Amino acid sequence: MSCTEIMEWVNTKEYQELNFKREALVINPPKACQPLGAIFCAAGFEGTLPFVHGSQGCAAYFRNNLSRHFREPFSAVSTSMTEDAAVFGGMNNLIEGLQNSYSIYKPKVIAISTSCMAEVIGDDLNSFILKARELNVIPKDIPIPFAHTPSFVGSHINGYDNMLKAILLNLTDGKKGSKNNKINIIPGFDPYVANIREIKRMLNLMGVEYTVLSDNSDVLDSPQNGNFEMYPGGTKLEDTADSINGIATIGLQKFSTMQTIKFIQESFGHEGLSIYPPIGIKATDGFLMKIKKLTGRTIPEELEIERGRAVDAATDAHQYIHGKRFAVFGDPDEVFGIVNFLLEMGGEPVHILTATGTKQFGEEMKVLLGSSPYGKLANLYTGKDLWHLRSLLMTEPVDMLIGDSHGKWAARDAGIPLLRIGYPIFDRVNLHRYPTIGYQGVINLITWIANTFIDEVDRKSDDAHFELLR
Amino acid sequence: MSVAIAKTQEIIDDILKVYPEKTRKKRALHIKPNDTSGGCPVKSNMKSIPGVMTARGCAYAGSKGVVWGPVKDMVHLSHGPVGCGHYSWATRRNLASGKPGVDNFVPFHFTSDFQERDIVYGGDKRLETILREIKTLFPLAKGITIQSECPIGLIGDDIEAVAKKMTKEMGIPIVPVRCEGFRGVSQSLGHHIANDSIRDHVLGKKKLEEKTPYDVALIGDYNIGGDAWAVKELLEEIGYRVVSIWSGDGTLDGLSVTPDVKLNIIHCYRSMNYICRHMEEKYGIPWMEVNFFGPSKIKASLRKLAERFDDSIKEKTEEVIKRHESEMQKVIDKYRSRLEGKKIMLYVGGLRPRHTIGAFEDLGMEIIGAGYEFGHSDDYTRTYPMLKEGVVLFDDVTHYEFEELVKKLKPDLVASGIKEKYVFQKMGLPFRQMHSWDYSGPYHGWKGFSIFARDMDMAINSPTWGLINPPWKE
Repeated sequence: MSCTEIMEWVNTKEYQELNFKREALVINPPKACQPLGAIFCAAGFEGTLPFVHGSQGCAAYFRNNLSRHFREPFSAVSTSMTEDAAVFGGMNNLIEGLQNSYSIYKPKVIAISTSCMAEVIGDDLNSFILKARELNVIPKDIPIPFAHTPSFVGSHINGYDNMLKAILLNLTDGKKGSKNNKINIIPGFDPYVANIREIKRMLNLMGVEYTVLSDNSDVLDSPQNGNFEMYPGGTKLEDTADSINGIATIGLQKFSTMQTIKFIQESFGHEGLSIYPPIGIKATDGFLMKIKKLTGRTIPEELEIERGRAVDAATDAHQYIHGKRFAVFGDPDEVFGIVNFLLEMGGEPVHILTATGTKQFGEEMKVLLGSSPYGKLANLYTGKDLWHLRSLLMTEPVDMLIGDSHGKWAARDAGIPLLRIGYPIFDRVNLHRYPTIGYQGVINLITWIANTFIDEVDRKSDDAHFELLR
Repeated sequence: MSVAIAKTQEIIDDILKVYPEKTRKKRALHIKPNDTSGGCPVKSNMKSIPGVMTARGCAYAGSKGVVWGPVKDMVHLSHGPVGCGHYSWATRRNLASGKPGVDNFVPFHFTSDFQERDIVYGGDKRLETILREIKTLFPLAKGITIQSECPIGLIGDDIEAVAKKMTKEMGIPIVPVRCEGFRGVSQSLGHHIANDSIRDHVLGKKKLEEKTPYDVALIGDYNIGGDAWAVKELLEEIGYRVVSIWSGDGTLDGLSVTPDVKLNIIHCYRSMNYICRHMEEKYGIPWMEVNFFGPSKIKASLRKLAERFDDSIKEKTEEVIKRHESEMQKVIDKYRSRLEGKKIMLYVGGLRPRHTIGAFEDLGMEIIGAGYEFGHSDDYTRTYPMLKEGVVLFDDVTHYEFEELVKKLKPDLVASGIKEKYVFQKMGLPFRQMHSWDYSGPYHGWKGFSIFARDMDMAINSPTWGLINPPWKE
């Protein structure tokens, strides 16, 4: 076949069938690996140095990746394991790494995650850390939580979960005391600094006391004031320790922090639950009602007015979204939230795709889709990649693709706009500074989606149809 | 010891104080004042120290990310777990013509996405299936490389056997590359391993059908932001025929036929000197290092190149230089007064810590510090004579050392990578990424210089730097 013939062939149903028959090859999967999520989580605690035990290239890659999305510095060290460590194990690297990084950066906590090499050779982190303490190369009392985060299990969202669990296990150990009045909030792997801020703002309006675990919103959005700070914020260690004495813990990503929530249920002695991400009006209502129930606080008028404004934005702009066909890909929770939002706007999700996703996720997504007349067209694909998605877009076209920057080739081939939501976004600026959750998030989502469609109409109109009013 | 040297040494000693004794001793070898009389002062190509925050990557990054990745008509499989391929997915700006997914696979991420069972039971069977699936879905892929990630070497998979068997079965070259990230001390070994794999599986497998006396190959230009295209245009204007580019916008056949050229022109010496030396030894092809950043170096390089060819090339070279002279002078006239005397610190990989010096100097700027992420002594030997006495040289500089050096030496611009960018910008310092050209480019060739000059001016003279201090604090 010639190049031109193949260009046509890759768009056919026949090609799609071959493409979906793949058993082993994975092409453009929208998922990163565990340690990326682990260091992202660790960076959200006060004075905490993310420390990657494994080959040094891994840490370089994670730092590049996070810096490109947030356009911020990202500090993390590596133990730079090489061939000799493959033979003798990584103990010397780990001990030397702890000593050096402590000497230079004076962290309050060193949070260790692993990359593949350390996991394949089976390094015993606990005994290595004990050895380092024994040798007095680091202060005896510095907390060193550690998580096993191999790239060959799960994805970045599991890395976040494992690291958070490790940090809570370490910092809350022996801290059980009298109850405080706080709710613990777990954002999960959320690439929007503005989302954490939005949650805090809503809780402040309700007068609820809270601890965000982990709060990397200031760490990944530090002000330009002429100074570089290594640890510009994060959840206070004291508050982290005291989180065991909170009223309850809420995970804002139902499918992403399951290990941590389970750990909390078992050891904090308070209610630990996960809700669907508060994306869209109803999901935000659900979040506020849950907080109300757990704390006994009322939902203030300000929030009700805000809600009204968001609903006003929805009714004003419904015509641009209603009946439009969408493809959505990304991490399960974010995808769930966006689908939920589209349904309440009358948008029709057609292809929903995740690279990961549990059976439970699949079942609950089906329930969600079944609950709305606008969910009837939708097909859910879990464990699939963006080359599968490309086939779907070519054989069953939609009006818009929603997902991270990696979707730009598939969207271009399909001749539709990509609305950038998720992680990573490397080719647009500042989106992470706008919330996607809460009532403010509803306004942002509507604005982005509707205006993108209107831009398309303007761009594609001939002179006769190029109008002022849209 | 000169005053300049003593002054720099004092700064270095002060910075190194923070380290534990053993680390201090090791790091002291890698960070020195330039002593133009005494030979290359710094040690290089040694292991990074655990826990210090190095900017270095790994052998996989050197092979898949640098050397092989830009070869567009082959599929480069990131063999192992999902991460490595994800992070190196379309992030190096190797532009390539052709239809993505049809005859150009550069912006793709092909992975075997290893799961725990593959680690336990081995991935060779899975690899065979993957190779067949690539062939089915991408019939125009001319070949496949298997880019090994760390676990492959650790679990003892025999990718060479699979590659051999499947090359026979599928009738296209399948190249096993042992670039596991734990090998060597940086991405540098990955370059070498990748060069060797091209040598063993690709080089000389095809012949150039039509030869001319002006056939050259451009080696070590990765077409970042279109660099290689700018150089190709420049060479072809003189009358050279660029038969092959290694490896920006590159092709399998282009690599194969390279032993038929008259001269290998090498830009990134660090990543591709190996293959040039090999072609010199085995095929008798000479190679020449050139520098296509900034008019001074471009002119010198073109004249040096012309020496190897006939009078028509020599005449054409002078003609072309003359043709571009006024345009280059316009760029200098426009920007030099805005950039004159500005001080630069450079920390990059490959060739850039020395190759960009001339371009900065053409604009009146001065280099006050330079270092390589993964250079060897031959890189430093080529660099230190270009710099003034007392200029600080730093090898595999740590995040902490770089920060402190910048605080003490106060450059007007730091030119380095994405991991450094926002650290220095937060300090209120102008910065340009010199790996990715900060999403601009090309920087090579005549065309590139005007873009380079504009970008440096934009970084240094951006009015945004003046907004940092609130008026109530002034």
